[in-house]
Amino acid sequence: MSMECGVFHTRYESDMGLRPRPAQRIRLAVLALFVLVFPFVASTYWLDLANQVAIATVGAIGLNILVGYTGQISLGQGAFMAIGAYTAGLLTLNFGVPWGASVFCACILTAVAGTFFGLPSLRLKGLYLAIATLAAQEIVEWAMTHWTTVTGGTEAIVVPAPRLFGLRLNTTFNFYWLAVLTAAGTALFAANLFRSRIGRAFEAVRDQDIAASVIGVDVFRTKLLAFATSSFFVGLAGAMIAFYRNIVTWERFTLNTSIVYLAMIIVGGLGSIRGSFLGAALITLLPALITNLGRAIQDTAPQAASLLPYAQQAVFGIVIILFLIFEPRGLSKLWENVKDYFHVWPFAYRRGESRAN
Amino acid sequence: MDIFLQLTVSGLSTGMIYALAAAGFVVIYKASDVINFAQGDLLLLGTYLIFFAVAQTGLPWSLGVLVTVLLAVAVALAIERLVLRPLVGEPIISMIMVTIGLSSVLRGAINAIWGPNPRAFESFLPAGDLVIGPAVLSAARVLSIPIALAVLAGLGLFFRYTRDGIAMRAIADDQQAALSMGISIPRVFGVAWGLAAASAAIGGIMLGNIVGVSPNVAAIGLRVFPVVILGGLDSIKGAVVGGAIIGLLEVYVGFYVGHGLNLVVPYLVLIMVLMVRPYGLFGKEIIERV
Repeated sequence: MSMECGVFHTRYESDMGLRPRPAQRIRLAVLALFVLVFPFVASTYWLDLANQVAIATVGAIGLNILVGYTGQISLGQGAFMAIGAYTAGLLTLNFGVPWGASVFCACILTAVAGTFFGLPSLRLKGLYLAIATLAAQEIVEWAMTHWTTVTGGTEAIVVPAPRLFGLRLNTTFNFYWLAVLTAAGTALFAANLFRSRIGRAFEAVRDQDIAASVIGVDVFRTKLLAFATSSFFVGLAGAMIAFYRNIVTWERFTLNTSIVYLAMIIVGGLGSIRGSFLGAALITLLPALITNLGRAIQDTAPQAASLLPYAQQAVFGIVIILFLIFEPRGLSKLWENVKDYFHVWPFAYRRGESRAN
Repeated sequence: MDIFLQLTVSGLSTGMIYALAAAGFVVIYKASDVINFAQGDLLLLGTYLIFFAVAQTGLPWSLGVLVTVLLAVAVALAIERLVLRPLVGEPIISMIMVTIGLSSVLRGAINAIWGPNPRAFESFLPAGDLVIGPAVLSAARVLSIPIALAVLAGLGLFFRYTRDGIAMRAIADDQQAALSMGISIPRVFGVAWGLAAASAAIGGIMLGNIVGVSPNVAAIGLRVFPVVILGGLDSIKGAVVGGAIIGLLEVYVGFYVGHGLNLVVPYLVLIMVLMVRPYGLFGKEIIERV
């Protein structure tokens, strides 16, 4: 957290506050107002997209805890989401467990599975860990499609709709509130996690694991804890998908899912909660925007419109590449730049020096 | 016994295509420490370029092969210059993601140009069957094995004897020392990508002949990981041996065990190798304790 000029704290409480400055509170209030009003004005289509963004935010924050904050590269996001989704779905479907309880069980089980897959991090680093998680992803994918007695194989399993006080929760409108609350809760938890001893230990392991162990961080334990915490939220995202969509199919949890989530946190910003949200929003909305663009030009240029599915794929890759080359710290950093610019506006220092800190 | 022989030939020929893709991966990793997730897409590019050259343009196959390899090399050089060069020295996660992004761009572009449907061209590898004793073997598959071995041997010789090959080994050994000896790193990175693309293009040409041209070819890119981890990330010899082992394992398991286990067995091998011997069969043993 950077010190800003012109901000003076007179009490420790305000110094330690998550959002100490009035401008931050106003922005938060504006955001909250938008979130409250949005479902009443938006169409079902946009509401559905908002729900997807909220779910993706939970998953992206989970992945960011592991990759961005602890520096352990994982290509197994899809597999963990699958474990969450299948656990939640199957518990409710086969054993009639109430949806809340089965979501919780899904989170715990995913955390356990994540810890297990984190065990190689005892020996493996960086690239090797990435490849090990790639293998884990492939193995889980295979289990999903071939362990037919449990997962139903390539057939989708249909999950009973969650109900609360007789209300069906997975209509787009009702689910919106659940999803937004969950996403906000996850963000709050993660933001506070990295102000705590455990979160700081995660970051120490990422920056220099040897130095971390010298100052008394149990590196292996910390890594496993990071895998567990991360997978807990990833499992939560998976379980949310299961209940929102009513069905669980393996296609939603392939290696491609892992890649999409990695793209979210790269584009949003590694090691940033705000970035997880921004990245989740951009990567989720991008295909929708391109599809809409396609509909718009359908009449004038049908040729170009037919190419759009491939354009979607190519644009996805181009966005990743451009961010890595031009702004490796992602949307989160761009947003900070904008904020910093207006922080001293209109009395900025000379161009190019306003960021000297 | 004849079934066993057929399986072996089929496994070896698949394995050699894996080896060609893996060799490109190894060359890039050795020279620039980049883990190339787009290797499968270079293979895909090879199959579509040969389709373009032979079926769409109507070149004779010898010229077609030449054009395919040259075009693939040109694409790879452009990729290296435009995408990889600005990221030299970035953390591993950036390197992984940038090649994943590349793979997405390549696949999107190839699908946009040639469409998603499988295509076919007249195979120029001999199409008939070879009868050896009791076994009936596809001649194209049998022939692909020595071709791949020759290309891989060429790569090995390149590393051993040519100036660029030695420069590449020097960089792999110690980048700073290599720089101070006057080796141009950008040039070597370019050569590495060019070679990787050429070897993948030849793999792609053979695949195009044996199984036809379709977007599914890119899936082989993921098979490269078990191969290189088993063989050792920085060893061409490892890529050949690893490719053969993984290729054979897949067909044997697929036939004798079944249940689709052949899809997952390479990854089980991968995990085991990582646990026991992370540097693989022939890789350089770098002791790095976590």
